[in-house]
This record gives sequence, C-alpha cells and structure tokens, in this order.
Amino acid sequence: MLLIACAWCGPRDEVEFRYGGQAHVAWPTAEDAISDAEWGAFLFIRDNPQGDFAERWVHQHGCRRWFNVVRSTVTHEISAVYPAGQSRPESAPGRSGAGSGEGAR
Amino acid sequence: MAADANPQHLWRNPDPRPSYDAIVVGGGLHGLATAYYLARNHGLTNVAVLEKGWLGSGNAVRNTTIIRSNYLWEESAGIYEHSLQLWEGLVDELDHDFLFSQRGVLNLAHTLGDVREGVRRANANRLSGIDAEWLTTEEVADFCPIIDTSPGIRYPVLGATLQRRGGIARHDAFVFAISRAVDAYGIDLLQGCEVTGIDVVGGRVTGVQTTRGPIASTTVGLVAAGHSTVLAGLAGFRLPIQSHPLQALVSELLDQVLNCVVMSSAVHVYVSQAHKGELVMGAGIDSYNSYAQRGSFHVIEHQMAAAVELIPLFARAHVLRTWAGIVDVSPDASPILGLTPVDGLTVNCGWGTGGWKATPGSGWCMAHTMATGVPHPLSAPFSLERFETGALIDEHGAAAVAH
Repeated sequence: MLLIACAWCGPRDEVEFRYGGQAHVAWPTAEDAISDAEWGAFLFIRDNPQGDFAERWVHQHGCRRWFNVVRSTVTHEISAVYPAGQSRPESAPGRSGAGSGEGAR
Repeated sequence: MAADANPQHLWRNPDPRPSYDAIVVGGGLHGLATAYYLARNHGLTNVAVLEKGWLGSGNAVRNTTIIRSNYLWEESAGIYEHSLQLWEGLVDELDHDFLFSQRGVLNLAHTLGDVREGVRRANANRLSGIDAEWLTTEEVADFCPIIDTSPGIRYPVLGATLQRRGGIARHDAFVFAISRAVDAYGIDLLQGCEVTGIDVVGGRVTGVQTTRGPIASTTVGLVAAGHSTVLAGLAGFRLPIQSHPLQALVSELLDQVLNCVVMSSAVHVYVSQAHKGELVMGAGIDSYNSYAQRGSFHVIEHQMAAAVELIPLFARAHVLRTWAGIVDVSPDASPILGLTPVDGLTVNCGWGTGGWKATPGSGWCMAHTMATGVPHPLSAPFSLERFETGALIDEHGAAAVAH
C-alpha cells in the first residue's frame, strides 16, 4: 500500500485516496474549432510513461480535496506533492515538458 | 491424445538474422499466436518474434487461465467466440496436452442491476450463437454446491450466467505448446532482444533497433501489452492505453473442491481450481499507473474477503504466493487491433485484464492484418480510429474487474 502525503493533511494510507490519472490535462481552448482527432485525443489519450509521472489524487475519505503528485511508475516512489493549480515543480526529477497537455494551463 | 505436457526439446535459441519478412515485437502469448498463424494461415515463416525477457516471463503465466466468450456486443462475440472455437481444437492441433478443461464459467449476480445485466447478456450471447444460460439461485446451488447461496449474506447470490463451454487451461503448458509449434515452422524466437528504436522512413516502417542489433523488416507488429505505449512512442504516435498492475494469487495444493470457474464482478473476485489443486484467484486492477509488476496488498485483502464470504470453506486455505502483471487498459475495455499511422506497422494491444482467453483469435486476426495489410473482418471494429469516430465497444459490463 502506498503512503501518500496529502498536500493538506499529511501522510495517509492509500485506501483513503482515489486516483485521478494524469495531471495538467487542459480543456481544449478552441473546443468548437478542433478536429475530431484532436477531440478524441483529449478525451481518450493520456501519457503513460515508464518513469516519473505527474498525476492527480483526491483525499476522498479525508479532506476530499484534490492535489498533484509526481510518482515513479517503476518504483512507486513519490518525489513531489503540490496543490492542484500549481505547475509541476522544477525540482521534480524526470521533468521533460514533453507530452501534449503537459503544462498547458 | 496429445504428447507429454513436459517435453524434452523446447525450441532453438537462434541469433537474429539481418532482416525478416515480418517481425512480431513481443513474445507473449498474443505475439506467439500471431507468429503461429502467420505461418499456418499465410505461409510466412521468414519471421522473428522479439522478446525482451524470456518466453513465459510476463503475462502469459500471470493470468488466471479463464477462457470464455460471453461478452455483450456482437463485435466482441465475434472475436472471443472465434477464439474459444480455436481453443477447442488446439490441444490436438499442437499435439500437446495443456489441460484445456471446459468446466463451465459462472458469473454471479448480487443485485437487481446485476440480474438485469446478466439476463440481457445471456440473451445477447444466444442471439450471437454463443452458449449461455441464466441460472436461478437454486440452480447455482446445484451447479456449484460450495457457494453460499443463503439470503443473509452481504452480497446474496440472486442468480448467475453460465457458459458451459467456458473453462480453464494450463497457461505455462500452452506457452510450451505454441512456442514449440512456432519454432517448428522455422520462425526465430529471439529472447533477450529488447526493441530500443523503430525505424520509420517516409511514413513507412523499415526495421527495428534492438539490444541484439538492428533488424530490418517492412512488416512489423507491436504486441507488447502493458509496454505498448512505450513502443508506440518509439514510432512517433500515441495510444489510448494506461498500464496498471493486475494481481492474482494461489493457495497451497488442496483436494478438488471447486468444479467450475466462479466470477463476481460486484465483489471483485474470480476463482477456479487448477488440476494440480491450487485455488487460483484474481482481483481488480490497482488504481494507479504502474510498470512495477506488483500492486498494493489491500487489493488482495479485499478480494480474499469477498472470496471467503462467497465460499466459506476457503477461510481455511492459505495464500501460497501473489504476483502482478502489467495490463494495458483501454478506455472501453476492448482491444485495439489494427493499422497505425505508420505504414507497415500494426498494433495489437488493449486486452487489459482479459487477454489470455483471446490468445488464438487475437493471433489469427493479427496475422491476417500483418500478412495482407488489411484488418481481418473480426478485428476491424477494434481499430485505433474508433477513438476518433466514437464507435466504441463498451465491454465494461462483461469485463468489469473480472475480464
């Protein structure tokens, strides 16, 4: 079981949280102008890296607030926790800026 | 009857040739089945299967061995039932007894919603020509007496679907069987051969870079389950796949007490008993993305609690070992099998938690797609384009946790 440090409450067991998938996925700004392919990509395609991943968690059975985590999908090690709405920390390892949607706000 | 399940000779361990007519990336069961049908159905034997680990090191031997075809939609019925019919002939065809046992698969219903979904699915299956029955609570008790069908438990059994032609097989023996058959066709099984680059020239694939050197081919199939998005990234496109751990476990060896496969999506457990005697149980996926081949213990705890409530005598069994495989989860719980934005490069992934049962049908359709450049009619609905057109094949009801 993961030990996740909620950005608001501190460390809690994984069972208190729900997973929210990739963080920093922005709603398309020109939603009435984009193609079906772009809309399909926004709906269905997320990054799936083997390594550090910026992802969302919600403290469902605690404060019920969302926050972001940088976690390795290989070791499960969490290297950064930061509030929703903030950019991925520069210090978090593996920051590439690659991947569509990443950093778009 | 077929030959010994533990043969002396397995397969050659050749060095890569500089080029092949076709390359299958991924030596899991779907990759092996693809290679098998490339030779058997299309006469292609100048073929290599590239496996980064060793044959039988991944999901091929991490699944819970359940075989069935009772999916909801006609598209799924087509490919899963084709697969089941192939399974029914493969012990003889491969001349290798991998203990295929059609002992019946029960899918339990615990709520009114489950009942309606189950009855609907059984009816849909029959309309697709697939054997399916609806059992009442009393009929469930007759068919599998060790299930607690009393009304007082937290998730009472209100009925079940039954596919009598469903069952189990010994997955490690099947790895031996199909690998030997592929090798006998002269196809090279290249183990310890990880793909590190995919060569694309003018929008067309020309070969792959590997840890055992470059290999040229203008026909390449990616069959890499949980690592599919990594490979797609090497070729410059994205897939709607997320990789998750899926855990399973076995008990110690017990006398035969369970005569069929029991599945329950509502309480997140599916269980059968291997010929050797272990209870084999699977759970739902861990929620987070992972490539680590391990999951969190609370998922197993949840699954065991459900199993013990449904079948109380399991309370005395001990867990012998647990493990996880990395599964490739698609948005609609259906596979992606077909062409990609790169000419000559095909993909077969997204089987998620339920790929084992589909092995022969998946390989059959993938081989057709690679050999002819055109999707097989049975797999055409499972194109990558459906995530653009919206023609999804939603099998969350039939798959749920218990795919």
